[in-house]
Amino acid sequence: MATETKTNGVGLKLSRKDFQSDQTVRWCPGCGDYSILAGVQKVLPELGLPREKYVFVGGIGCAARFPYYMNTYGFHTIHGRAPAFATGIKVVNPELSVWVITGDGDALSIGGNHLIHAMRRNIGINILLFNNRVYGLTKGQYSPTSQVGTKTKSSPVGSIDYPLHPISLAIGAECTFIARTVDRDQKHMAKILEMAARHEGTSFVEILQNCIVFNDGAWHQYTEKGLKEQNVLYLEEGQPLVYGSEDDRRGILINDFKSEIVSADSPGIAVHREDDEDGAYAHLLSRIEVNGGPMPIGIFRNFQRPPYEAMLEDQVTAAQLQKKMSVDDLLHSGDTWEHK
Amino acid sequence: MEKMDDNSSNGSPEKEVVEVESVTIRFAGDSGDGMQLTGDRFTSASALAGNDLRTFPDFPAEIRAPIGTLAGVSAFQINFSSEDIHTPGDALDALVAMNPAAFKANIGDLKRGGILIVNTDNFTEKNFQKAEIDSNPLDDEKLRGNYQVFEVNVTDLTRRALEDMDLQSNLADRCKNFFALGLMYWMYTRPMEPTKEWIKQKFGNRSEIVEANTRAMEAGYHFGENTEAMASHYIVPEATYPAGTYRSISGNVAVAYGFIAAARKLGLTLFWGAYPITPASDVLHELSRYKNFGVRTFQAEDEIAAVSSAIGASYAGALGVTCSSGPGIALKGEAIGLAVMTEIPLVVLNVQRAGPSTGMPTKTEQSDLLMSMYGRNGESPVPILAASTPSDCYDVAIEASRIAVKYMTPVMLLSDGYLANGSEPWLIPAEADIPEMKAVFREDPEGFMPYDRDPETLSRPWTIPGTPGLQHRIGGIEKQDGSGNISYEPENHDHMVRLRAEKVAGIAKDIPPVEVMGEDSGKVLVVGWGGTFGAIAAAVEALQARGASVSQVHLRYLNPFPANFEEVMRKFDKVLVPELNLGQLVKVIRSEYVIDAISYSKVQGKPFMVSEHITKIEELL
Repeated sequence: MATETKTNGVGLKLSRKDFQSDQTVRWCPGCGDYSILAGVQKVLPELGLPREKYVFVGGIGCAARFPYYMNTYGFHTIHGRAPAFATGIKVVNPELSVWVITGDGDALSIGGNHLIHAMRRNIGINILLFNNRVYGLTKGQYSPTSQVGTKTKSSPVGSIDYPLHPISLAIGAECTFIARTVDRDQKHMAKILEMAARHEGTSFVEILQNCIVFNDGAWHQYTEKGLKEQNVLYLEEGQPLVYGSEDDRRGILINDFKSEIVSADSPGIAVHREDDEDGAYAHLLSRIEVNGGPMPIGIFRNFQRPPYEAMLEDQVTAAQLQKKMSVDDLLHSGDTWEHK
Repeated sequence: MEKMDDNSSNGSPEKEVVEVESVTIRFAGDSGDGMQLTGDRFTSASALAGNDLRTFPDFPAEIRAPIGTLAGVSAFQINFSSEDIHTPGDALDALVAMNPAAFKANIGDLKRGGILIVNTDNFTEKNFQKAEIDSNPLDDEKLRGNYQVFEVNVTDLTRRALEDMDLQSNLADRCKNFFALGLMYWMYTRPMEPTKEWIKQKFGNRSEIVEANTRAMEAGYHFGENTEAMASHYIVPEATYPAGTYRSISGNVAVAYGFIAAARKLGLTLFWGAYPITPASDVLHELSRYKNFGVRTFQAEDEIAAVSSAIGASYAGALGVTCSSGPGIALKGEAIGLAVMTEIPLVVLNVQRAGPSTGMPTKTEQSDLLMSMYGRNGESPVPILAASTPSDCYDVAIEASRIAVKYMTPVMLLSDGYLANGSEPWLIPAEADIPEMKAVFREDPEGFMPYDRDPETLSRPWTIPGTPGLQHRIGGIEKQDGSGNISYEPENHDHMVRLRAEKVAGIAKDIPPVEVMGEDSGKVLVVGWGGTFGAIAAAVEALQARGASVSQVHLRYLNPFPANFEEVMRKFDKVLVPELNLGQLVKVIRSEYVIDAISYSKVQGKPFMVSEHITKIEELL
């Protein structure tokens, strides 16, 4: 239980309300962002940190306004660069819990470079990517995750860009914690967010989020009753890859570097394991939905590697122990001479 | 007056030693010939000999351009003197040309009657072709009429000096720069001992290289002593400058030291966000060695990440600095605007180079002043400071940090390629000399507002994450004065735009007035900024010595200008503004003060020569 010491010295338990700021939330009514905001505000009290230790960093876009609504430290920065700001913050103060809130345009288009480099460095930040497959704040252009043929204001006869797959990208970028959840599943989201927050190093969570105005229903087959049972594959550590309704259970067989959908009672159904440091299995999982299979939801990959800020601290500490110097020593280093 | 410090020299009594006040020499060769190292060693020896000196390394951007071509010529110029000097010198007293390309590229700068030493072993047909020379220039009688030409088979003599060492010939050939160095040591009566020590330290565990380089240098020295061709050599007596402990310092090293010192004084961690770029990378290299000072260098994925991470670092309570050159600074513009809007301390160091676009990466220019002033969207004022000499980079780094932290603002700090790589002797300052400055973090929740203002500085409280009870949100959207909440209110925006401008303009009250070097009224005032200081000062001093009515002002603060700047200018008939651009400061002066200042511009990727200023000023007198 997180407690925060108030001025009277009494430890009080923090609640969801403690993380709500006094700002009016200005997302469109019915936006999937509301449930993600609620999910985050519910999870933080469980993490055992006082409010002042949290920093939420946004870039530009609907999702990036998120920091204004959190009663924590918040920095609404510039388009695509939030991971770079977050890196500077985390390096200077590794004790902070630093969160980047981003969207598919912010993270994958204008900010693609910063996203992949934060991941490969394994800097200890949590990146939540709200993926709604459309540009919302600029009023409805196609995004880097829009499917080919998406008709929007900027693609009236259908987009011809092939989409990026965020999970596959994160695997390629050496991310050490990679997960996917959905805006409509509070319980699942809470579990994933907590795991992400507790992970040392970069955690990356793709959240399938509905844009009710410009791309309503983009994820309906994974969120609506009657559809999601057939189309969502929940990833559970140590459990076989099975999904489907009671009367039509299916499983995933991995053979010859390919996944294959078979009946759930077939022999050799793959068993999920998160600690796939190599990444080949996780990548294969990330392609199941791309290739027309079910949408895997859960943790794709979760392994340990020393985070950037910890290694930097180690280098600084070692240097400080090894060579104590004053500014005067520094200025006198190298060749000097006396002039009389 | 002959003075031989070096015991390896047995003297040559029949040779004449000529005392001279000031000498400018240049080593020029292929970029693989080690000319920069040779120049560095000659510099060190001259410093130890007590001369005042200035250096100017000039090298190609290509790491290894095709051998023997004009594109691959690398040069190092040094001016050393028994008097106070300000520049690396205009025309050369001596040129060492290691190949025809180096000869062709540099001969134009040699004084009539100057010394030309060429490595004849490289003056071959093949090399003439590479250097685009039709016939052997050494056969030209005019050359001998104009210069004292010494043809020395440097490669062969070096090989012979090392022949019993059983080295591979390419290794022996790589020692030929030390032969040239030894010869110049003899020519200018410099001791070899410090260089021998340096060779030992540098190549310590490779004893054959230590021996080969040492022997090559000695062979060059003795060649000078013994060859009949060279009848005289020179000595430059010690200069008289203030007593104390000195070192040689380049601008890039000085600026790195300045930021370390400033962070120490402020009690802050120095965070350095940078992406490699010529000619700024050396500052990153230098600082990455000082983790023992708690310095966090971050080699970012690009220029935007470099500045963004530095802003994040400052937001979290560090002294965030980002460093680049023109093309990189252009990329940082949007983020600098965010630091203006969110009022977060940041220093942006721009080691300027010739532009536009990629321009000429290793050549100097000062053409980014207007970009520094206006190169962002919206009304986005930032203080701008410029360093005037290599060692001044230290002081300006400290001052830029002070302003950034005190006024909660990004500060542009301008250096240039000439200052970055050039060096001069530096009377080492003491840590205790650093001006008083402090960083204060807001900790009291009572009445806290993120955009509350200090009535004197107009700066807002620096409130860092981790501080209990002060959680707040900031960002790039216009904010309400005081609360910092998002605001689109027209009057508020007008107020905030003016407030941010007023805050920066108010820094004028906190900086020293401009100092006039010379009479404070008269015919011509030369107003300069940045790395042109030395050449302007030398020209103005020379003219003043002849009784000319000319004075100099050199600006450290380009935004805001010092409070007395206008008044000072109005006391002169004419204001001349020399710049290595098409007239950027002059534009600002003209628009700000409606003073009919005269521009003098040069954009050749090279610094001004003293003589150019003298000619220009004389036109106006």
